[in-house]
Amino acid sequence: MSERVADIPIIELRQVDKWFGDFHVLKGIDLEVKKGERVVVCGPSGSGKSTIIRCINRLEEHQRGQIVVAGIELTSDVKNIEAIRREVGMVFQQFNLFPHLTVLQNLTLAPIWVRKLPRKEAEDTARLYLERVKIPEQADKYPGQLSGGQQQRVAIARSLCMKPEIMLFDEPTSALDPEMIKEVLDVMIELARDGMTMVCVTHEMGFARTVADTMVFMDRGEIVERGPPAEFFANPKSDRTKLFLSQILAH
Amino acid sequence: MTDVDITQELPIPVERPPRRTHGVVDWLRANLFGGVFNTILTLIALYFLAIAMPPLVRWAFVDAVWSAPNGQACRGAGACWAFIGEKLRFILFGTFPYEQQWRPLAVVVIFVAMILASCDRRLWGRRLMLLWLAGFIAAGVLMWGGILGMRYVETRLWSGLPLTLIVAVVGLPFAFPVAILLALGRRSRLPAVRVVSVAYIELVRGVPLVTILFMASVMLPLFLPTGVTIDKLLRAGIAFVLFAAAYLAEIVRGGLQAIPRGQIEAADALGLGYWQRTRRIVLPQALAMVIPPLVNNSISGFKSTSLVLIIGLFDLLNTANTALTDPNWQGFATEVYVFVAAIYWTFCFFMSRYSQMLEREFNKGRRR
Repeated sequence: MSERVADIPIIELRQVDKWFGDFHVLKGIDLEVKKGERVVVCGPSGSGKSTIIRCINRLEEHQRGQIVVAGIELTSDVKNIEAIRREVGMVFQQFNLFPHLTVLQNLTLAPIWVRKLPRKEAEDTARLYLERVKIPEQADKYPGQLSGGQQQRVAIARSLCMKPEIMLFDEPTSALDPEMIKEVLDVMIELARDGMTMVCVTHEMGFARTVADTMVFMDRGEIVERGPPAEFFANPKSDRTKLFLSQILAH
Repeated sequence: MTDVDITQELPIPVERPPRRTHGVVDWLRANLFGGVFNTILTLIALYFLAIAMPPLVRWAFVDAVWSAPNGQACRGAGACWAFIGEKLRFILFGTFPYEQQWRPLAVVVIFVAMILASCDRRLWGRRLMLLWLAGFIAAGVLMWGGILGMRYVETRLWSGLPLTLIVAVVGLPFAFPVAILLALGRRSRLPAVRVVSVAYIELVRGVPLVTILFMASVMLPLFLPTGVTIDKLLRAGIAFVLFAAAYLAEIVRGGLQAIPRGQIEAADALGLGYWQRTRRIVLPQALAMVIPPLVNNSISGFKSTSLVLIIGLFDLLNTANTALTDPNWQGFATEVYVFVAAIYWTFCFFMSRYSQMLEREFNKGRRR
């Protein structure tokens, strides 16, 4: 791990358990993410990897254990939940842009209503981030008028406008056509270079190799293996990891 | 160089879409005589029009009597529009003091002006709210009077078109927020809120409006201490609001349920609170989706205001009925009902056009 990563834990999960009905989806998860660290979570579908990051901003509720984000413990206290959500940005597989608002309005909504920024300031910030995700000219269009790759970049910019400390990515390229995946990954790589703390659930192993500080492999609700990418890809220790990597890297 | 340069630009011929046809003949061919079946339908329709239209035109215009001193002089083959002329002020303003009827007229003009102003997208927002508030206050002052040198007129004498408009135009905007709260309540995570909302909606929807109006006018006074009376018009208005709200609530709920889960998650993830999320993300999309049924319900609600006649309020339909009882002018029911229907139709047709405009406006995001 490089010195870019400070030795301050910013996300801590301790013995987190979660069930969907009777299905035990997370089993005693321990995970620590340090400030500036980039964690890529991978694993077969249904392994609980999306559920983990959805627990970090309380889109899902954990039923046992402890989650502390940016020094605030996640409890049922709405104040705490909203405080954490202000500091944690999230990018979804399905983009989830607000279709009734223009791109610019999508970007300024939360800064204006949650951060209480003046409109002018929020718009300036929004245009700055649109510039960074390389679509400044789309500011006045509606999401429905953009391609999937453009929509996902708008979604990333929308999260960044809240100036979050942490970004969560839930399979951000899985719903995209192949030719659009790269434009989204490029934006994410650039974000990683700027030192953002990131937790990504993704199958893009090339991206993982490039940016990850830590790889986490999950299967059946457990963290099976974790380690720096070089080691993770070269000498996976567990058989389940080997099998998964052989399947995903086969082609 | 042996490699083929695939980025080389080939001259792609620009092809224009085929030109649409223009002109009357083309239009006729495309819309009325396109195919055997269409042609048959067109001919049948023309045949019925040929049978129905001439007598109608003759009755309504050619043979119509436009002025007459009394009912006897007016009796002929055609319509007696003289009767409408004679009774116009009574039908429109009913028992409102005759020499003061400029006041309800002004109220109607104010309402129509406010409705028209609401069509202008640039006025939407706080300014329009203020405009409506000012309009309501002005209407109240004009109807009641008692200040600015205007005679006090009790609500018992309010009647005709202004009464219909007051119940509908004041009632629907009050019903709407109640409906939204009920719809949100029905989907609330708090069991108490949910139970109350469901119970209310199911109770009110299960009862005819007539019954609710009767309860408001007959039963409610029985429960009030002696000496306390609530204005009859107010009681009818509240009954109408509560009734309309239950129906509108179910329509709004339909819209709420159509909002994808991801929209709510995205709003949550950005840190929006419940009310911010509801106000900025959920409701704008949910309401835009249910504009057609909302307007459908509002049109039906507008016409249901005529039921207030059964508790003795003189709305437009009731004044029209009363006008028919004049012994000097007997037997002109058709003319009166055609006239009243035309007034109702004008307002309802306008509402339907307005809803189409709203749909266009709100579905911009979905348009490609």
